[in-house]
Parts: sequence; C-alpha cells; structure tokens
Amino acid sequence: MLGNSLLLAIREIRRNVLRSFLTILGIVIGVAAVIVMVTLGQGATAQVKTQIESLGSNLLIVRPGQRMGPGMSADAARFTLADVTALRREVPSLAAVAPGTSQSMTAIVGNENWSTTVTGTDNAYLLARNWTLAAGRAFKDGELRAGKAVCIIGATVRKELFGAQNPIDQRVRLKNLSCEIVGLLQDKGQSSMGMDQDDLVLMPIRTVQRRIKGDQDVDVIYLSVRAGRSMDRTIADVERLLRERRHIGPFDEDDFSVRDMREITNMLAGTTTVLTSLLGAVASVSLLVGGIGIMNIMLVSVTERTREIGIRLAIGAREDEVLLQFLVEAVVLSSFGGLLGILLALGTSLLLAGMLGVPFILDGGIIALAFLFSAAVGIVFGWVPARRAARLDPIEALRHE
Amino acid sequence: MHPEATTGAGPAAQRAGTDAEHRAVAAAPGSPLIELRGVTKVYGSGSAAMHALRGIDLTIGAGEMVAVMGPSGSGKSTAMNILGCLDTPSAGSYRFRGLDVDAMSRDQRALLRRHALGFVFQGFNLLARTTALENVELPLIYHRLPAAERRGRARAALAAVGLTGWEQHTPAELSGGQQQRVAIARALVTDPDVVLADEPTGNLDSARSREIMDLLRAMNREHGITVVMITHEPDMAAYAGRIVHFLDGLVACEAAPVADSAAAHAGADTGAPAPGTGRR
Repeated sequence: MLGNSLLLAIREIRRNVLRSFLTILGIVIGVAAVIVMVTLGQGATAQVKTQIESLGSNLLIVRPGQRMGPGMSADAARFTLADVTALRREVPSLAAVAPGTSQSMTAIVGNENWSTTVTGTDNAYLLARNWTLAAGRAFKDGELRAGKAVCIIGATVRKELFGAQNPIDQRVRLKNLSCEIVGLLQDKGQSSMGMDQDDLVLMPIRTVQRRIKGDQDVDVIYLSVRAGRSMDRTIADVERLLRERRHIGPFDEDDFSVRDMREITNMLAGTTTVLTSLLGAVASVSLLVGGIGIMNIMLVSVTERTREIGIRLAIGAREDEVLLQFLVEAVVLSSFGGLLGILLALGTSLLLAGMLGVPFILDGGIIALAFLFSAAVGIVFGWVPARRAARLDPIEALRHE
Repeated sequence: MHPEATTGAGPAAQRAGTDAEHRAVAAAPGSPLIELRGVTKVYGSGSAAMHALRGIDLTIGAGEMVAVMGPSGSGKSTAMNILGCLDTPSAGSYRFRGLDVDAMSRDQRALLRRHALGFVFQGFNLLARTTALENVELPLIYHRLPAAERRGRARAALAAVGLTGWEQHTPAELSGGQQQRVAIARALVTDPDVVLADEPTGNLDSARSREIMDLLRAMNREHGITVVMITHEPDMAAYAGRIVHFLDGLVACEAAPVADSAAAHAGADTGAPAPGTGRR
C-alpha cells in the first residue's frame, strides 16, 4: 500500500514539476539555512579553539593581585626572579617558567617609528607562549645574565620598521637604548580577541629591569604545564609554593592569581556555540514557514483535485488509501526539499567557509536531523489536507467543477 | 465467485488482503444481482425536505442490460448513486448479490465498488494530464497488482475498446468519443459484475454515441457484465434489453425496448471501431 502511494505521489509530483519545486522551495531554503549556519558556526568555534591553543593551551599566567581591574593590584607585592627560580626548582610538572615585565615604548629605526610593547623575559617565554623563530636566534645565556641590549622582534614590528628588509643584526632604538636585533618571531596573526599578537619586542629581563624600568620587579610569570600532567594539580602546587614564599597566612586570601587558558577557551567557544544555536534557531523558523507553504499548496491541491479524489473514491479507493496518498505526497515533497536543501547547504557552506576563512566542518548529525525534520514537516503539515481529501463525499467530489 | 465464503460476508468481514476483500463482497447464493426494496431518499428535513426517491422497487438480474429513463429530477441519478454504493438510502433496503449494502461501512462499500462495480460518467471523469494507460491502470493500483500485470491488463482493456496505439495520450489529446472509450476501458479492466453508466453518450454526437453503445453492449454480451445506464435518448435506450422509466421518484413503468433502426443498426456491428476513428 505504501509502495502504491509512493507511485501515485511521484506521478503527481512529476505532473506538476514547477509547482512542486516552488512548493518545496521554503523547505529547501530552511534546511540549507540551518545547515549552513551550524556548519559555519562549528567552523568558527573550531577556529577560535585553534587560535587559543596557539597561545599555549597548557599556559598558566600568574599575576600579583587578585583581580585584573585597574589599581587592584597596586598594593600586592611584585614577583621577583627568585620566585621564578623557585618555581623552576620546586614544581616538576612545569615544562617552562618565564618571567615577564612589560613597558610600552616607541621603537625607532631611521625615519620609521612604531609604538609597541617591550617585554623583558628569557628563552622560556618562547616555549611557554608557543613562539617559534622565523629567523635569527634566541638569547644567549651570557646576554641574559649580563642584561645585554639585544632583542627579538615580532612580525608586525619588523613590517612597520623594516618592511621587507632583513632585520637581523640591525639596530633599533628604544628611548636612549640602542638594541641589536638577534631574532625574528614567526607570525601568529590576530588573537581571537582581536589583538595583534605579533606586535611585540622581547628583551632579556635584566636589560629591561636595569636599563628601562629601573626596578627588580617581575610583573607576570608565564608557566607551561608539561603534557600529560594535571592542570589542576599543577595550579595547586604553584599556589602552595607562592603562598609560602609570600608569607600568606592559612586564613588569608591569595594576593596573586593563577589563570588558566582553558577558561578563556571555554568562554570563547561557548560564545560561538550560543551564537550558532541562535542563528540555527532563526534559520529553523524558515523551516516552519516552508512547512506552512507545503500545507497551503496541499490544501489548494486537494481543492483543485476534488474531482480526481471523487474518481478515486468511486473506483474503490478507501479513505485510508486516499489519506496515505496525500500524506505520502506531502512527505515525498518535503523530503525532496530536504535533500535539495542539504545539497544547497553543502555548496554554500564550502563557498562561504572559503570566503570567510573558516574551516569547513561537516556534521553528519545536523544533516540527518535537518532531513528528518523536513520529512516530519511533511507529515505534520500534510495531515490536515490529506484528511480533508480522504473525507470528501464521492458524489459531491465527482460533481465538483 | 466464492460461494463458500458467504458466511463471512457482511459488515464484520475481514479486509486484510485482496482475497479477504473478495470474500467480503462475495455473493449470497440464489440472490438476484441487484435488489432495491422500498428505497426512499430524502434530502434536507422538515418542510424543506426534498424527496428524491419515494419508494423504489427494482430487481436486476446478472447479465441484464437495463436503460433507466426519465425527466430531470425524477430521481434516476439518485438511484444510480445508491446502486453504485456511493450513497445510502434513507429507508428501504439495497441488496447487492444478497449482501446488505445499507449495513456496510464506508470502507466496505469502497471495497464493493473496487471489486464488483465499474463506472462510466457523462463527463468521462478521466484524470487530466495522465495518459490513457495510467488512467486505465488506476483501479488496478487499488487492487495492488504488480506493475507488469497492471500494465498488461490496462493495455488489453484499451485494445478491447479499440484504442491500441493511443496508450500514451492524455485526455486533452483525445476526442470525446475516445475519452469515453478510455473510461469504459477503466470500468472494464477490473472485470466487474456491473457497469453503471450515467448518460455515457450525453456529451457525444450520434455516431460516437452509437460506438459507445456498441461497446457497452459488447461488454454485456461477450463478458456477461451487467450494464445499467441512464439515458435521455430513446435511440440509446433501444440498445438495452429492458427500459425502466422514472417519474417523480417512483418507477413509472417498465418496458421492453421498441425494435427500431438504432437497435437493428447496432445489432449488426459489435466490433470495436478502429483506432483513431473517434477523433474529431
């Protein structure tokens, strides 16, 4: 019986190709919109995650003071290089411990000048922050110990000051300090927060402390947890050590904070997920509209085909057979719309993913869901017209003009 | 048919498959094919009530060819709808092969129509934009026959009405006479007991009308199919073995047809017309 209904439905759809196509257009667009939104959204989420991982996914950032707000950290004591040494010695699950002290400065080369951030650190910074060198070398131990005027520059600084020229062994002037460029960092691009990660100058920390800032402070410590070690255990170890070194009583709060990049990862990924769901929900409204379109056309079709239904009833079609025929017709229409929508979505997603530079991530689940939903739309919105057709009085139907 | 199954026949009969469907509409032995007793039909109620039939008694035996005549409003169409199990009487009884049609459900009557009845309408009532072959196949789809058998039988039925070569034409591409022959093929293809024809020649000129009547009479004589037809034209009624006159919702009189030129003409020619002869 289902096979027969399928046969009749396909014959009917074939008789009215243009109208059938227009009927399902709403479903096609609805399904395509949902899949495109979700596909691009998932691509964007994946992209955000990769970008954050490029910051160093097992990165911990330790700052003095509990909060990040301006002024809040003023009364908390800075770290010292002794703290860095202690962390290196006492917490074996850390792969890298890098001190950091930063200052905004204007870098000058010839007639070019560029305002950037100078960070005093050591070679562990490269490891902790996932930097690789595009050219040149890292700092030598002697340079670090003696606080020599050498620096490693980011790709943006190189572009602004040197253009396409090779910056290695050139000199850059920072205030009254003339500094030799020994290395160039591989570019990372924009961070997911929209900051240019390549706009930086690295210098041995002692150079910055003595010759630029004139203090012994370490503003921030970057920690990289060894692969396979527990993030939470390491954070606890770091906190215990620092509390001890900073003489914090057992009932006092920390006067420093250890921040975990996973927080940021989850927050940003969460944002894109919410956005994806939101866009998907908006797109699914068009599926609903498509369903109403199918119902409308099916109702028109039942009225228009009243006589045909009369003929079918007269030659012995039962109510349930007529019902099934119209229902199957609606479901075939909407499923076909779903299939076309999926094809359209694949094409559009590929195209848009290419244009927006977002990775193309195909989710079989959402495609199956969209298809099932389109078939369900056919059942739900085909039901009323089909029942109306099945309940027609054959005599009235045959008389219908 | 299936006389052994008569006990199962009736409102409660099973309808699970085609065999069961046949059983549900199988004959009670010894009963006339069609038997109307005191059938009335009233539309509306109270003072606005319209009495279409006021008490019809009519018996039609298997193999008869009956013409129903009468002026407009005499109730002959209402009677045909009741005979065709499309409508039920307000009072009185309709027995088809001894089965009580009044007691049947809508679906059971549909099955009776499917297996035992064929319809030919004045307005042809073919599916538009559907080929002649598909139109004739339509009743067989509800018989759930395999596609090959369905197509074979439909081709044979079209051949029997002289439309070999016209299978792939849609009604719009066929003349009125050809369309009516497709309709007859559709009625014929299920091998029914009765074909009910409501003014089958009403929309055709006299030459086409005679071709159609020849076909109906050939069905009646060669296949033993009972034919009941409504007609206004005495020429067409003359093809029948028996004429029933309706007047004001009652059977006014029954008569044997007067032998006239039409009958004589028709008797000489029972072969189907060659394909295309009906084309305007």
